[in-house]
Amino acid sequence: MSIADRFAERLPGGDAGLVVAVLLGLYLVYVLSGEIIGFELRGQLNSIATLTFYVAVFAMLALALNLHWGYTGLFNIGVVGFMAVGIYVLALVSKPVYEPGGAAQVGGLGLPLIVGVVAGMAAAALLGLVIALPALRLRADYLAIVTIAMSEIVRFTFLSSTFQEFQLFGKRVGFGGGSGLILDYRDPLAALFGAVGLWDPYLGVVAATEAVVPRNPKPVVDGLVWGVLLLVVVAGYFWLLKRTGESPFGRVLKAIREDEMVANSLGKDTNGFKIKSFMLGCALMGLAGILWYVGQGAVTPNTFRPRITFFVWIALIIGGAGSNTGSILGGALFAGLLYQGPRYLKSVIEELFPGAAAPNSFGPAVSPLISGGDPLPFVWYTLDNVRQLQLVIMGLVLIWLMHNRPDGLLGHRKESAASIDLMTRTASTAEDAGGQGGDEDA
Amino acid sequence: MRDRRARDDDGPTGAGVGGDADLRPDGSGTRSEGADVDTRETPGGAGSPIAGGGVSLDAEYPLVVSDLVKSFGGITAVDGASFRVERGSLTGLIGPNGAGKSTTFNLITGVHAPDSGTVTFNGEEITGLEPHQVANRGLVRTFQIARELKEMTVLENMMLAPKGQVGERLWRSVTPGVRGGVIEQERELLERVWETLEFFEIDHLAEEFAGNLSGGQRKLLELARALLTDPDMLLLDEPFAGVNPTLEARLLDHVHELKDRGYTFLLVEHDMDLIMENCEHVVVLHQGRVLTEGTPAEVRDDEEVIEAYLGGSV
Repeated sequence: MSIADRFAERLPGGDAGLVVAVLLGLYLVYVLSGEIIGFELRGQLNSIATLTFYVAVFAMLALALNLHWGYTGLFNIGVVGFMAVGIYVLALVSKPVYEPGGAAQVGGLGLPLIVGVVAGMAAAALLGLVIALPALRLRADYLAIVTIAMSEIVRFTFLSSTFQEFQLFGKRVGFGGGSGLILDYRDPLAALFGAVGLWDPYLGVVAATEAVVPRNPKPVVDGLVWGVLLLVVVAGYFWLLKRTGESPFGRVLKAIREDEMVANSLGKDTNGFKIKSFMLGCALMGLAGILWYVGQGAVTPNTFRPRITFFVWIALIIGGAGSNTGSILGGALFAGLLYQGPRYLKSVIEELFPGAAAPNSFGPAVSPLISGGDPLPFVWYTLDNVRQLQLVIMGLVLIWLMHNRPDGLLGHRKESAASIDLMTRTASTAEDAGGQGGDEDA
Repeated sequence: MRDRRARDDDGPTGAGVGGDADLRPDGSGTRSEGADVDTRETPGGAGSPIAGGGVSLDAEYPLVVSDLVKSFGGITAVDGASFRVERGSLTGLIGPNGAGKSTTFNLITGVHAPDSGTVTFNGEEITGLEPHQVANRGLVRTFQIARELKEMTVLENMMLAPKGQVGERLWRSVTPGVRGGVIEQERELLERVWETLEFFEIDHLAEEFAGNLSGGQRKLLELARALLTDPDMLLLDEPFAGVNPTLEARLLDHVHELKDRGYTFLLVEHDMDLIMENCEHVVVLHQGRVLTEGTPAEVRDDEEVIEAYLGGSV
């Protein structure tokens, strides 16, 4: 690991440089895999757009979870519930009003998308408050139980036929139940660029790229632009949470994480701080859920199973809880290597070893190994099922991390919780200090 | 809300929650009686960095505990304890194991709510308030087992303590334009923090994680941290347990010096000799009640005390 550390130290730009370097490394790996698989330019651009998308959403979610767990020590394993509330409330608010004969079974309130985004975040934050009020008074593990239960309650609520369709402000709205909800509002990119009057210029740019990407370049360019926008949002998350952490507020959060009793005995209303921190994180999770699913055309409740929560946790653990830079790195590495990686790995290996035929089931895969000592069928079989083995790989990575890098890839970091550099004193007093007692000043 | 206003009405030290006014290192509290302002001296001779608290009421007894009762299940830990602590004194609270000392502490500081009885601080009833509310009134405690915040540096530990930090409001710390005020206040606080660290001679540890400190250094850190909240009175729960003799002497020196500046101390301690040599008033708890109280000499010669401690064999 020391090689990695030294490499990190030599990078220009400190943490930002590290993040950029990791992203570029991931892109390089993906482009090379794409070359091996034989993607054309269009395929390459699409794979980069997809990678960027997942890097960004997992970075956002890991950052938000870092506020809960890394800063405040709140054990939230209901991340996916807040994401679901975010996107569903957005749908409720921003879907067009119901019209009989349309494709959608139910409508929405027909308000602009931005209103939906704000409403979705507010709803996630409010749900956070509702959970926090009783649960934060309990010990940390109980919050975990309550949050995971909540995320399942949310999923079942959206699944239930009771809320499939109902009247709100005289309009026919609903959550669509198990058959899902068509997100038939205006395309988010169009809404965004339209709001600032740039939609026509954007279409012009898209048309111009036809020279590079022949035949209908719009989906490709849209994907790339959306990815870039999400990275900008990640930067916004980072900025917000860095400021939150590097402040007296963040200091109290850190103290609560370490020993809530101490913070309380020093006159800090710890419940208040915990609730604020929890609500902010929930709102950010809601926004991340919105940005993940807003452009997907439709959502179904069963997308929001707890496994997504645990994906976010793995991302946070990879990067190291407590560090915002680590959260982004963890999100990027998780998305690139563990979430998207196995599928690419399989394609790459299939391309590299075209003759390899994987057995159809476990028996034929293992029997040559036992009878004739031929491991190849088993290897091909394993690789053929690498998608299914994804969770196993994640588990192995977690175990390795726990043993070797329990503080995350970045190791134990000193990210000072103050708005100023605490070691720097004003010039005049520093002299005094030298004269008085600071004999061993480091 | 109520506690803030009440503190503000208290007079000069009420500024403690106001924000800017209390950030000056020197105490500006007007002493209304006994305790003399001139006793303030730091090792460096400069204005005291830590006399920010001081005395705010005429009352001679800032802490009055009356008829406290607390039982856990069938066990009555505190059974009608009543005592008071004189302003500017170093009062010792002693008693054999299980006498109810720690529970009494927890009842005073709001960790537990008493079943009955009252706690009054600076003329105001604080029974059953939350720990942070008690602390904000100027009654701050340290813990028996030093509870430093391990993964925070000594500086962060110290910066946490001061009251009335505007940056503890989330929007203030985050919103562009407003954050300038937060940074400015942090600078002033940092100055005070460094002076306090120097006073306790732990400034060379400033950047260490608190978890890396030795037991004695942690106790110093805890005392220093408690002082930064501008308390009127400090409750020390066995501050000398597990501290080596050199550090113990240093810690005691600091306590005496702070006492001379007008701080009031209530000290829970096992070591009888230490109590006898340093406290001017001793309260003896036994089986949840006050067995006797008085000067160390009086207490030492008290038959009942000897009996309580030694099981009546002497």
